[in-house]
Amino acid sequence: MAYPHRHENETTTLLSRHMGEEKARHLDGWLERGGYEALRKAVDMEPDEITGVVKDSGLRGRGGAGFPTGMKWSFMPGADDDRPHYLCCNADESEPGAFKDREIMRWTPHLLIEGCLIAARAIRAGHVYIYVRGEFFPVIRILNDAVSEAYEAGYIGEDILGSGWSCDLTVHIGAGAYIAGEETGLMSSLEGRRAEPRVKPPFPAQHGIFGQPTTVNNVETLSAVPMILSNGADWYRQWGTEKSPGTKLWCCSGHLNRPGNYELALGAPLRDIIYDVCGGIPDGRDLRAVIPGGSSTAFLTPDELDCETTYEGLKEVGSSLGTASPIVMDESTCLLKAMRRIAHFYAHESCGQCVQCREGTEWVTKILERIEHGEGKMQDIDNLYDLCEQLTGRTICVLADSVVFPLKSSLDKFRDEYEAHILRDTCTAS
Amino acid sequence: MSEQNGQKDTVTLTIDGVEVTVPEGTRVLDAAQRAGVVVPYYCYHPGIPTRPAQCRVCLVSVEGQGKLQPSCVLDAQDEMVVHTATEEAKLARKSVIEFLLVNHPLDCPICDAAGQCMLQDYAFETGQLESRLDEPKQVMGRDRISDDIMYFADRCIICTRCVRFMREVAEDDALIVAERGHRAYIDTFPGTKLDNPFQGNIVDICPVGALVHEDFLFKARYWDMDSASSVCPGCSNGCNVAIDTKENQIVRLKPRHNAEVNSYWMCDHGRKHLVMANRGIRAEVPLLRGEDGELRPADWAEALETVAERLGEVSGGRAVVSPHDCNESLFYLRRLLDRMGIDGGSFTVERGEEATLSGFPKLKLRADRAPNVSGAEIFGFERADGLSGPEAGAALVVLEERLQGAPAELDDEAFGEDASYFLYLGSRISPAARAADAILPVTSFAEMQGTFTNWEGRVQRFDQALREPGIARPAWMVLSRVLELMGEGEAVLEAADAFERMVGDTAPMEEATWASLGLKGAPLAPTAGSGAGGA
Repeated sequence: MAYPHRHENETTTLLSRHMGEEKARHLDGWLERGGYEALRKAVDMEPDEITGVVKDSGLRGRGGAGFPTGMKWSFMPGADDDRPHYLCCNADESEPGAFKDREIMRWTPHLLIEGCLIAARAIRAGHVYIYVRGEFFPVIRILNDAVSEAYEAGYIGEDILGSGWSCDLTVHIGAGAYIAGEETGLMSSLEGRRAEPRVKPPFPAQHGIFGQPTTVNNVETLSAVPMILSNGADWYRQWGTEKSPGTKLWCCSGHLNRPGNYELALGAPLRDIIYDVCGGIPDGRDLRAVIPGGSSTAFLTPDELDCETTYEGLKEVGSSLGTASPIVMDESTCLLKAMRRIAHFYAHESCGQCVQCREGTEWVTKILERIEHGEGKMQDIDNLYDLCEQLTGRTICVLADSVVFPLKSSLDKFRDEYEAHILRDTCTAS
Repeated sequence: MSEQNGQKDTVTLTIDGVEVTVPEGTRVLDAAQRAGVVVPYYCYHPGIPTRPAQCRVCLVSVEGQGKLQPSCVLDAQDEMVVHTATEEAKLARKSVIEFLLVNHPLDCPICDAAGQCMLQDYAFETGQLESRLDEPKQVMGRDRISDDIMYFADRCIICTRCVRFMREVAEDDALIVAERGHRAYIDTFPGTKLDNPFQGNIVDICPVGALVHEDFLFKARYWDMDSASSVCPGCSNGCNVAIDTKENQIVRLKPRHNAEVNSYWMCDHGRKHLVMANRGIRAEVPLLRGEDGELRPADWAEALETVAERLGEVSGGRAVVSPHDCNESLFYLRRLLDRMGIDGGSFTVERGEEATLSGFPKLKLRADRAPNVSGAEIFGFERADGLSGPEAGAALVVLEERLQGAPAELDDEAFGEDASYFLYLGSRISPAARAADAILPVTSFAEMQGTFTNWEGRVQRFDQALREPGIARPAWMVLSRVLELMGEGEAVLEAADAFERMVGDTAPMEEATWASLGLKGAPLAPTAGSGAGGA
């Protein structure tokens, strides 16, 4: 769908304000829109001051985990640690259902660059890497153009804005593995190895890229930083809730009349997002299930839609905000098939280090395929439940857990679907 | 516990109720081993620097921590309380085994690793009897990843020990994990070949039967083999090895850990070298030249008495030895030669190209391709480029031809013809030996006990791996008996006695007992070779 979607109900336009405006992509246009003012402010601030403002704003990581950004920055060693520090921007957006970072980079690359530089100053990084998903061809081109412009104009590089502070920025193109979006997997990939997650501790803030202190932040997180710095923490807190302040880009997909990216203050009920913002479900069909935060989050049923869409609110109903990427499935959807498709994705994307994940995700997929082909047994349901246990919390990263959230919730909430396939070789989808 | 200058250097923790004190920075897995607690592992290997913690079989419960922790990377801390056998930990381990078996072919009956397979062991210990798997297994097949190593992808558990050994220890990026997830397999880096002088180690460290030497493929079952601690005779490095034998044949060599010499590794030259020891026709009985000029068999009593008597008449002559002879044999030969008034003596060494294991540079395939060059030098024998026959009328004593590639002079049947008396002690009868007046059959190093002195003066003991052929005996035993018959001391029947007498009587060697020498040896001799005794 075309941009902007700003005429829909309840949308807020902070991050997405200039989406759809061709001119905002280029430095001139961006400066006309108040670009790099926040950076100008930042270079006159002490690093810890910047971190303080972000801490006060309550900004939380938009990559899925929701970790408080300011706190993450404060884990970085201070000025007394003379090792090189790195900032890495995670632009490997690879969660099925998520397509927000791509849009930020596509329309407002300078917003991201500015956010990166401010964050780099806050964590005393001398080099920023933007790790971009390899398939984002036009985005990479746009981003590279913007970086060149910013270098030329002195926003990146030596002596930024005459402040004496220097910082470089490199756009690094990934090769398209889901696991490269996991922060330690991303670091491995950036170093030229296989994108294999690493054991924590040591944490990136102590031992990150090339063994140096590193912070990894999501595109959307970093893009929110300039406006927070310009307008202050309190200003940002006027949106969202106490624990989940600010706005969030929602990537709505699936059976919706108006799927797309919407920027909303955190906290809007999911029901409103689906029925008001996205215009409801086509052809008047009924809703069957929603995965609220990208494919690695637990399924919600239609009667769970009144939850508050915040980090805490969705946790309360046993799911997660994740990347705020609801995938909406109407009554015509076979949930077994949907689950099989999700499991297949994770089995395909498992890096293969941990035994549970390597073998377990594939085993789950095979069981689901067999049930789908009418060869399931009731024992399979018990086995799937047991596999959920074995795949949880025992691996280096959370990829194995990612398949458990939707799987376990689908078994809990849509057991009838599994039983129909196993016992009658039919589907409950209409 | 000990706190010195405010610097804490050890930590004390409790593992399964056992209190153990370890140096700071020790991982829980290593601490558990010290406490006598067995924690299974696959991806961890003590000789490989990185610990990816990816096999997830060493997970343990730590009090105060919600999640199970991988003990191979978990730093031991003071007052940490670890339980390796909680229900949760046991279940996690069991499930790892079940997952590993999901696509495993269970072809143990034809797998070389059966019987010494970590997957088999842990499956037996913690696994379940019945499979829950209804799905067909994934079949990936097998491949030759080098000229002599086969890779059975279906057996592979992707512990990546082989990849990390090549990368971090051999420092040769030849191996990679290809693909990912359940499709992952080990392969050579595209466009390169696995061709490294130390690649054989990847077979040893494979915890399952995924990597197999073609030399050894289907040759022996683990439970049919015998094994003896030994020292590799392939070069002067003196790598500690185990000689695995089946039905009195050497089937393979495996490195034995020795932190001072070879760590966990050995080179491929050494591995392949010894298979030669199975070959050839052996000297099995003493042969004496009769009055008709022909060699005839004799028993030991007659042979030794005859030799002792004839040697008593000799004065002066020449000796030729081999750097494959053990210290004890050379020691007794030197005493015999002293008695005969023969000074010096010579040996030749096969030379070859050197190769160093980057990750453990002390392990080097050394240019001298013999195990006891230093020992030969200590006992007064000199390295020679070639060998010449004895002066007419002088005696000639030869102790053991070289295992392979004897120099042309030695093979020459004319060699030794001019000698007044030609005594040959050897395990094989080379063409040159045909001219001997007496041939005494001695055992090869694999058929006896003894010691070698490596390039840096480390004296290391080897045990008997094979039965001696016929009535062949160790040269030190034979020579000590000859000396006894000549009125010089007592014969020795045990290698321990021979060794202890040797170190007692050899000035450059430090005193030691056979027991104190142990299976890892000790630096008893000065560094030999060029700049002997120097740094």
